[in-house]
Amino acid sequence: MSHVAAIGIDAGSTTCKLVAVDRDGAIIAWLLEPTEPRVEIQVRRMLDALRAEIRIETAVPAIATGYGRKLIKQATRNLTEITCHARGVFRDLGRAGTLIDIGGQDSKVIQIGEDGRPVDFMMNDKCAAGTGRFLEYTAARLGVPIEALGKRALSVSSEEPISSTCTVFAESEIISLIARGAEPDAILRGLHRSLVGRVVSMARSVGIVPPVMLSGGVARNEAVRTMIAEATGEDVIVPRQPQLMGAYGAALLGSAA
Amino acid sequence: MTGREALPHYVESTRLQHFVNYEVVGKSALRVQRWRDQWKLATRRPRPDSPLSPPLRCVAYMKEIMSRHYLEGRYAAGVRKVAWVTSGAPTEPLQALGYFLVYPENHAALCGVRRKAQSIAEEAEHAGWSRDICSYARTDIGSMLSGKTPAGRLPRPDVLVCCTNICQTVLHWYRVLADYFGCPLVLIDTPFLFHEAHEHEVAYVKRQIEDMICVAEEIAGKSLHEKRFQDVMANARRGAELWLEILNRSQHRPAPMTAFDGFIHMGPIVDMRGEAVVVAYYERMLAELDERIDRGIGAIKNERYRVLWDNLPIWFKIGDLSKWLAERGVNVVASTYTYAWGELAPMIDPDHPLDSMARVYLHPILNRSTGHKLESMKRMVDEFELDGVILHSDRSCKPYSLGQIDQRDRLVKKLGVPALLLEADHNDPRDYAEEQGSNRLEAFVETMEARA
Ligand code: SF4
Repeated sequence: MSHVAAIGIDAGSTTCKLVAVDRDGAIIAWLLEPTEPRVEIQVRRMLDALRAEIRIETAVPAIATGYGRKLIKQATRNLTEITCHARGVFRDLGRAGTLIDIGGQDSKVIQIGEDGRPVDFMMNDKCAAGTGRFLEYTAARLGVPIEALGKRALSVSSEEPISSTCTVFAESEIISLIARGAEPDAILRGLHRSLVGRVVSMARSVGIVPPVMLSGGVARNEAVRTMIAEATGEDVIVPRQPQLMGAYGAALLGSAA
Repeated sequence: MTGREALPHYVESTRLQHFVNYEVVGKSALRVQRWRDQWKLATRRPRPDSPLSPPLRCVAYMKEIMSRHYLEGRYAAGVRKVAWVTSGAPTEPLQALGYFLVYPENHAALCGVRRKAQSIAEEAEHAGWSRDICSYARTDIGSMLSGKTPAGRLPRPDVLVCCTNICQTVLHWYRVLADYFGCPLVLIDTPFLFHEAHEHEVAYVKRQIEDMICVAEEIAGKSLHEKRFQDVMANARRGAELWLEILNRSQHRPAPMTAFDGFIHMGPIVDMRGEAVVVAYYERMLAELDERIDRGIGAIKNERYRVLWDNLPIWFKIGDLSKWLAERGVNVVASTYTYAWGELAPMIDPDHPLDSMARVYLHPILNRSTGHKLESMKRMVDEFELDGVILHSDRSCKPYSLGQIDQRDRLVKKLGVPALLLEADHNDPRDYAEEQGSNRLEAFVETMEARA
């Protein structure tokens, strides 16, 4: 097995990821867990687990990113998700364009330049609507597991429009829709449309340069992908492991690969 | 006349109190304080771990001048005529008539810097003023109702002068003040300029200034002395010219001062323009900046990125922010806000005081189109060789924040400079999310790093 050149740690609000890369920037090992309340303790445990799996020299650089990045004592440096996601996705897909990262608690649009550097960005960090939390919260109300959300939303052609822009009020809207006998999958479709609408309008304010790329956990949701493609009229491409892109980019920046 | 409420904390002083407490004891104490400050600054041990160079020595004088102004304010009521004025009000005739001037906006900023603004603004909120009103207005109304102020005491106004060249908030705010204090309100309406001012607009403003002079003369019980008026105008012009030169010194690399220094050192030009002491102070400051330039001393030790700040400062955060940015090699070298008190200097003409005042007070940045501000920002990016722009989207100041999304967009797309919209408020800490704010700033710095 090749040597570990650097480790990336993405202490996100919903999940915590670790990625180890070799000198060529290839992923050697990775771990992903739901974020625990004491993320610094969790990362210590995950690093031990990673060490059990692969040999890691002590002096290997470790770059932390994500909201909990400043709590990670083992990190040699910390960088924002903007820089790390841009780097990870550029390395994985090799394309300049518009990256939309929909995380658990915020979403960002990053314009990646020809050389892979972030040229411009915009964040939605004030409101849960437009983030993964919006789907998570409202799906719980419908009793649908997160993994099934996208498929269920795409399984119907009818759609219940959701007018509330607020996550909390959207929940009340769902309750009244259910009470009126609306089809749950059509509600789900409407919820996805609402999330996508907000994210795409943020992307438009940065300016959409094709292709549109997605990262973050929500990128695995096929309805989100399909609807972003519909709304932007552009091809949407997704890295193989969109959730790992922050940690991957961090590792790459650590190894300077 | 009595106002709507008793407001018992506005007391009058006697001439004797003014003389003893301000002229004799106060002034001497402040001079001694300045000597102590100078001594401290001169003997201050270098702080190798600080990312900032030692403060400018002249700051000791500025503290003395500003403290003297606020100290006199405590004893001015009953001794001098007092006018409360908006920051863009045509105050030169009032200065020439011997009025003591209170700038409620500057007072609110003082509350902000001392981190007292929130608790004082809450006094206004508890009395029913909405949180959507500008936090300057809330801070001052809260202070008026409760008497709370870090300045000790403000003097009750004999007249209020409100000029709408900065916003419409002041119009309603000053009507409230007039209602409470039961004193005359002079309103100066300045038509918004989409392009250059038309002659009829200049004439319209000039006539209102003439009307203001009549009211002020009547209250003061004396007429405006022409020579004295021209002297004030000449000081106003010289002060503004010096201030502009001071700001432009930051075109040097490394810049000898930061915009955060500018936010603090602008006190005299805002509060006392037209007074000789302002000219003397800025001459001193300019000389010290030139000395720094000669010796290659920058305001921050390791200037890697040069940035423009748009909009008001976040008063309760300026210390933290300037240090945080300096640690990352970011020097905020220019700001549209501090520029507003210098850029109109060439328009001031002491030989044609009223005409030139009408012109000057029509042209503040906030009375001009968003396109004009964009052009100013572009020019500054060029002249100051800037690497980025921070646009503070100020929840309170709608006229300043309007158009920033498009301005940011143009700066990024047309000039290719990274630009950040930072959402906060100039005086209300409840509108600044620390974690999100620093996350955005970090990402912004990384974007500049990536380009370097
Ligand atoms: S709204 Fe803006 S211009 Fe008006 S008083 Fe408040 S800060 Fe000043």
